[in-house]
Amino acid sequence: MELTLKIWRQAGPTAKGDFATYEVTDVSPDMSFLEMLDVLNERLINEGTEPIAFDSDCREGICGMCGLMISGEAHGPERTTTCQLHMRSFTSGETITIEPWRANAFPVIRDLVVDRTSFDRIIQAGGYVSVNTGAAPEAHSVPVPKEAADRAFDSAKCIGCGACVAACPNASGMLFLGAKVTHLGELPQGQPERDARVVKMLDEHDLQGFGGCTNIGECSNACPKEIPLDVISTLNADLRKAAGRSR
Amino acid sequence: MTDTLSEYFTVGDPIADTKAPDVPIEQMWTKHQFDSALVNPNNRRKLDVIIVGTGLAGASAAATMGEAGYNVKSFFYQDSARRAHSIAAQGGINAAKNYNDDGDSTYRLFYDTVKGGDYRSRESNVYRLSEVSANIIDQAVAQGVPFARDYGGLLDNRSFGGVQVARTFYAAGQTGQQLLIGAYQAMERQVAKGTVTEYSRHEMLEVIIVDDVARGIIARDMVTGEIETHLADVVVLASGGYGNVFFLSTNAMGCNVTAAWRAHRKGAYFANPCYTQIHPTCIPVSGDHQSKLTLMSESLRNDGRIWVPKNAEDCEKDPREIPEEDRDYYLERIYPAFGNLVPRDIASRQAKNMCDEGRGVGPKVGDFRRGVYLDFASAIERLGRPAIEAKYGNLFDMYSRITGEDPYQVPMRIYPAVHYTMGGLWVDYDLQTSVKGLYSIGESNFSDHGANRLGASSLMQCLADGYFVLPNTVRDYLAKAPFEKISEDHPAVVAAKNSVTERIDALLSINGERSVDSFHRELGNIMWEYCGMERTDEGLRKAIDLIRSLKDEFWRNVRVLGAADTLNQSLEKAGRVADFFELGELMCIDALHRRESCGGHFRAESVTEDGEALRHDDEFAYVAAWGFGGEDGAPVLHKEDLNYKFIELKQRSYK
Ligand SMILES: Cc1cc2nc3c(=O)[nH]c(=O)nc-3n(C[C@H](O)[C@H](O)[C@H](O)COP(=O)(O)OP(=O)(O)OC[C@H]3O[C@@H](n4cnc5c(N)ncnc54)[C@H](O)[C@@H]3O)c2cc1C
Ligand code: SF4
Ligand code: FES
Repeated sequence: MELTLKIWRQAGPTAKGDFATYEVTDVSPDMSFLEMLDVLNERLINEGTEPIAFDSDCREGICGMCGLMISGEAHGPERTTTCQLHMRSFTSGETITIEPWRANAFPVIRDLVVDRTSFDRIIQAGGYVSVNTGAAPEAHSVPVPKEAADRAFDSAKCIGCGACVAACPNASGMLFLGAKVTHLGELPQGQPERDARVVKMLDEHDLQGFGGCTNIGECSNACPKEIPLDVISTLNADLRKAAGRSR
Repeated sequence: MTDTLSEYFTVGDPIADTKAPDVPIEQMWTKHQFDSALVNPNNRRKLDVIIVGTGLAGASAAATMGEAGYNVKSFFYQDSARRAHSIAAQGGINAAKNYNDDGDSTYRLFYDTVKGGDYRSRESNVYRLSEVSANIIDQAVAQGVPFARDYGGLLDNRSFGGVQVARTFYAAGQTGQQLLIGAYQAMERQVAKGTVTEYSRHEMLEVIIVDDVARGIIARDMVTGEIETHLADVVVLASGGYGNVFFLSTNAMGCNVTAAWRAHRKGAYFANPCYTQIHPTCIPVSGDHQSKLTLMSESLRNDGRIWVPKNAEDCEKDPREIPEEDRDYYLERIYPAFGNLVPRDIASRQAKNMCDEGRGVGPKVGDFRRGVYLDFASAIERLGRPAIEAKYGNLFDMYSRITGEDPYQVPMRIYPAVHYTMGGLWVDYDLQTSVKGLYSIGESNFSDHGANRLGASSLMQCLADGYFVLPNTVRDYLAKAPFEKISEDHPAVVAAKNSVTERIDALLSINGERSVDSFHRELGNIMWEYCGMERTDEGLRKAIDLIRSLKDEFWRNVRVLGAADTLNQSLEKAGRVADFFELGELMCIDALHRRESCGGHFRAESVTEDGEALRHDDEFAYVAAWGFGGEDGAPVLHKEDLNYKFIELKQRSYK
């Protein structure tokens, strides 16, 4: 396949960025999107140009490290992670624009690499169950209905990639937050801190510079783990209940 | 040792673990904990603990040490602690809970693990692992880890290769992710409390050793390039395995040996480096652009049946058109007791044998078909498609995304790939390396899996080490505090820092003609060819020569562009690959000296009459702990004899 790539290059966090255009000719449809970039980087190095910086680690769709805006879509045209997107999803001759996630809460570090530690700070605000090591009761002492366990698992699938934020016109992190609140809220273990969790996490979300949710739904469409939009409803319901109880 | 090997290494003093108390094995851990000193809660916050790595081992250790009140600094190269390689583990985690009343017990888990490791692991450590395994599940459940449950609301189990009981707990095919998120959340809770400080995008590049004691690390801030000194009272390496020496493996791209290797060069013994686990169920290689191989969880072997055509002429046919009688379900045929659930080393080797015989399937890569079928047709017929979807759906999706084929319709194709490394830093019962104050946990140590790891046992070991073992053993060491204060201008600290800066400058100034990746790929090919699934004396000697000259070329001809003071991914890779060269050479030397077959180490010269691996317990029932021999010196072999007091050494058989 032959492709024209317009790629965002930015030397550092404060440098001015711009698009550079590269023609690639030796792309096989079996390559993953990132392997296609590897091949381009190999060529750039041979030509004496600094390779394009982008993040990836597991390359099997589970660590959440990769993430690119590909022709305006988070993770590209398919509903998957960038590392699991394969070149068979494109047609020869196409022009592809590649950009980093864009959101105030995710500053650009270099080229396609952004800083997503704001997500960690949301978790620090309450995205956990407070249990010290060694203090746990026997696992079978608390049965969990299968439906609850399954729903908790489905929300816990979030990989923290940030595509939801990148896809949202408001750069809201509510899908990420909702996924965590739903995961822990479905389980008996998550109940004692349920009210406090949602309030503290939401405060931190706003503090980190994420935008508000106006129910556009782009987040869920872009989510490679298919986190459903209704986790945001759960989040809002939890918030109302928490506010009600604290009054 | 015959003379022909002495050009590769020298033999040093034997070593032994002296920490495990001499009492019956069931009482060892309890007694040891009681005998170890305590640290007053008020003193804990004055003690600095560095933990490198936030995989299951590092994150669980950081959370637990933080809860206890120590001042923990956590380093990792990803942007978030949640992304450590452990996140990718699929199949599950073992624990001796006996929830199914199928005859499981602490002793049986212990027995299976020692046997699975081909009697090359230390009994005391493995027993403790089995003992604390059940607590791990309790801990994870309390954290909200959403394990699979049955309709009664209780936890569900499945079985894994090499065992006949169902003791594996799982969360679909994403067990590692869910366990890591649990440990990560526990750790983030401590970050909020201020007991743990995170250093994301930081790579540890050197250990600081003062008067033979580990006192800190040198790390590079990967965003600004700043070389930082971090001092501490104890240093814990939880930096994972080194399978990426093969370039193609199931490991995450960033996995590397640097932390462990730098410690090795400073005096920590590196044990059993040649023990590599080759996983039987990975998606076969499709071309030379490939950057990594993807694992299909071994749990698939519970329901999938493995076969190849009986006749080589059928290999190109659509598998659905090959009738039952023309299929060779070779594992069920050769190992009727375990069938498709034989341990990984055996399943891998037999898959290779089938392909070597010319009965491999799938597209030709070179002139060879590297693939066997993993067929779910009969399971789908028996259990129905929805049941298979519920159990393995995400794995099936992953398969079809990568290969473009639908595994519900056509059998999957699988082939062995490098997956896990059983070797690592030598540690004693306390998980302390041969350097005082330097500990190693999880995949970065050598301890619990012998020459072969049973499925679902790594997650168990990582969490056992991090939640339950290390926090208890490190305490005894820290109770000796306060240690002498050292300042950042201590000559040993300055020397460590300078060596890091000089190495970076050296890499940037070579400005040769080849990229780092091209060297890494070539090194990987050598390793796979000669130190992969099967090793021979001749091949290993050849590999050592090839590695040495490639390493030479690397230091003359690598091209690393850009600067030291920015995010520079080529520079990061270059430092890691430089260490892989040295490790690769030691792996080959270790493999060369061990003239027996055991677990993941298969020497073609040492087989039984029917082609199975043949151990030589009289000569090789020891851990090979290698000391660094100096810049141009040969490595020094220290042997730790393995004494089996509680389990009888037997030839391993799964027939
Ligand atoms: C695809 C796959 C599936 C698997 N499935 C299973 C399974 O089902 N069951 C099972 O038991 N095991 C499984 N394993 C094995 C298991 O996942 C690993 O052995 C285990 O997770 C290793 O954990 P760890 O904590 O030791 O290290 P890792 O999770 O590898 O973490 C290493 C950490 O060290 C950090 N690090 C490394 N070097 C440096 C450095 N120089 N400076 C700073 N930080 C550094 C990294 O950032 C990371 O945080 C699987 C492995 C793979 C590859
Ligand atoms: S909710 Fe989906 S898109 Fe957002 S971070 Fe999680 S996995 Fe990524
Ligand atoms: S690299 Fe891990 S999800 Fe893409």
